[in-house]
Amino acid sequence: MAIITYIEAISKGLWEEMERDQSVFLMGEDIGPFGGAFKVTKGFLQHFGEDRVVDTVLAETAILGAATGAAVVGMRPVAEMQFADFVTTGFSQLVNNTASVHYRWHIPCPMVVRLPSGAGIHGGPFHSRNPEAWFFHQPGFKIVAPSTPYDAKGLIKAAIRDNNPVLYLEHKRLYRHIKGEVPETDYIVEIGKGDVKRSGTDISVITYGSMVHMALEAAEVMQNEHGVSVEVVDLRTLMPLDTELIYGSVRRTGKVLVAHEDNITGGIGGEISALITEHCFQSLDAPVKRIGAIDTPTPYSPTLEEFFLPNTKKVITALQDLAAY
Amino acid sequence: MAVKGNMAKNTSTPKQGDGTPSLTAEQYLRLYYYMRLTREFEESILKLYRQGKIVGGAYTGNGNEATAVGSAFALEPQDYLFPMHRDMGAHLVKGQTLRHLMLQHLGRGNSLSKGRDGTGHYADPALRIYGNISHLGAMVPMAAGVALASKLRKENSVALTYIGDGGSNVGDIHEALAMASVMKLPLILIIENNQFAYSTPVAKQKAMERYSDRALGYGIPGFTIDGTDIDLVYKTCKTAVERARRGEGPTLIESVTMRMHGHSAHDGAEYVPKDLLAEWKKKDPVMRIEKLLTDKKILTPTIKEEYEKKVFAELEDATQFAVDSPYPPAEEAAVGVYAD
Repeated sequence: MAIITYIEAISKGLWEEMERDQSVFLMGEDIGPFGGAFKVTKGFLQHFGEDRVVDTVLAETAILGAATGAAVVGMRPVAEMQFADFVTTGFSQLVNNTASVHYRWHIPCPMVVRLPSGAGIHGGPFHSRNPEAWFFHQPGFKIVAPSTPYDAKGLIKAAIRDNNPVLYLEHKRLYRHIKGEVPETDYIVEIGKGDVKRSGTDISVITYGSMVHMALEAAEVMQNEHGVSVEVVDLRTLMPLDTELIYGSVRRTGKVLVAHEDNITGGIGGEISALITEHCFQSLDAPVKRIGAIDTPTPYSPTLEEFFLPNTKKVITALQDLAAY
Repeated sequence: MAVKGNMAKNTSTPKQGDGTPSLTAEQYLRLYYYMRLTREFEESILKLYRQGKIVGGAYTGNGNEATAVGSAFALEPQDYLFPMHRDMGAHLVKGQTLRHLMLQHLGRGNSLSKGRDGTGHYADPALRIYGNISHLGAMVPMAAGVALASKLRKENSVALTYIGDGGSNVGDIHEALAMASVMKLPLILIIENNQFAYSTPVAKQKAMERYSDRALGYGIPGFTIDGTDIDLVYKTCKTAVERARRGEGPTLIESVTMRMHGHSAHDGAEYVPKDLLAEWKKKDPVMRIEKLLTDKKILTPTIKEEYEKKVFAELEDATQFAVDSPYPPAEEAAVGVYAD
């Protein structure tokens, strides 16, 4: 098994699906000769040609609307947003057209929107967003957010094969920071299935994306320095949530930290907390705790951004609070 | 690229037909049938609305029939239609049945949307009809995407869509045309300039003379035509369809008409000057085609009576069928958000 980066895993997944299925094509800004702002599609144009790697005008509404149109007539478009932040420009297409196509028209809308997401790269207010909560509230999307190269490849392949619009959140800070073993064989990671990334008995951390790595670091510290056993549940899919996995973990440990990089207020951690309270109340030994970014736009300066974002230290503090409860 | 069309001589008078016949007698009679059917169908819809049988909005395209029917008549079965709410005639020409259109308006369980939406808001992939949503302009990027799929798959299909004078200001339209023009997608956009966007007169929607002037900004042909002249609508659209099929890209057509009714059935449209309506009444598209075909000796009183009988019988059948059809079971509201 090859050790590759998170971003290479996304590229490999895309490549394999394009080889497998002629109806899959890519569209987005600068994805052709330039290979995309982050180089996810580097070399694709030369191999697949311009009918399958479609460089578009700078117009997110057109990209997302056109992807939806192509999907309803049987293509499988993968639309790249240069940064997840810019999906807002095409928001109306996604929430009004894309999300409700199947409910209203009874036609599948098999498309993927790739969303380079997340902060911690000094992107400032407009290159750092985590867009999941906006779409989590709108019935009709599936939302995935891989944290490892293995999951990144398995989920992009599953997303492309899914008959629904799938929002694929790829965390920019993980692109070249995270490496891992990825099979060169064909496999998928099933949408809707989370993964216990570390087993534990005292506290559950329910998390996804970049925070999985912080939670794992924090769990290690808690074990080594405080003798507290922390379980890390990586949701991998945010819609639909793997509620059985969440509830099972919470029922085993009795204490839970819900952690995401997105702003706390109105973030999907609120929904997860509510679900846990509704379904696992008898098992809880402490109130559900949440951690996330503070409720401000993403600031640019390193000191400000560090204060804004959750990090391993803040996760450890939250876990210590829970352990002491 | 040379930009064709009539925008160079930018006067306020839309292009008028030159009277050259474009169709055979049989084709003209089909157009007449669809025009009458559209008019009478929409009259039935208004009646059903007043009877409380249509629970939501009811929209008509009275005054727009020649644009809706004439444009869709330029399409082939492999082409895609993205009609708007004034284009009932286009649904019919593309092959939609009156029964289905009635079921849609009455929100029945056996309608094409299964009661999930009303009016023309449905899709019929077999006929390649994709109805609009209420967000004006939202269908144009989708139509561009269907045109893109057609190009990528080398299907040689064309996508025809519409927008109103007000809706044409929505940013989606600009983005879609920017993309479609650069990619030379087989897309045709008709701006139905029917003088009012709800209550707002067209003078408050645009500062330029003609909507077709906007075509210049995309390097595509733009035409402004008299949208009550079915011959002219058909010929202009046919030209656009042929251009799109040759792979030369989109065309923008401004079809100048009048919205003879209110925005929807609840709207008395008191804000529309009476003399303006009276002026446009003289150019009623249904009256115009009757006169055209009578002058051509294609339409005789006997044939006219036959068509009327046929239209009213079909309408009665569809109305009864839809009224007798049940609403969807309530619990169906919860299913179908996702495809398997």
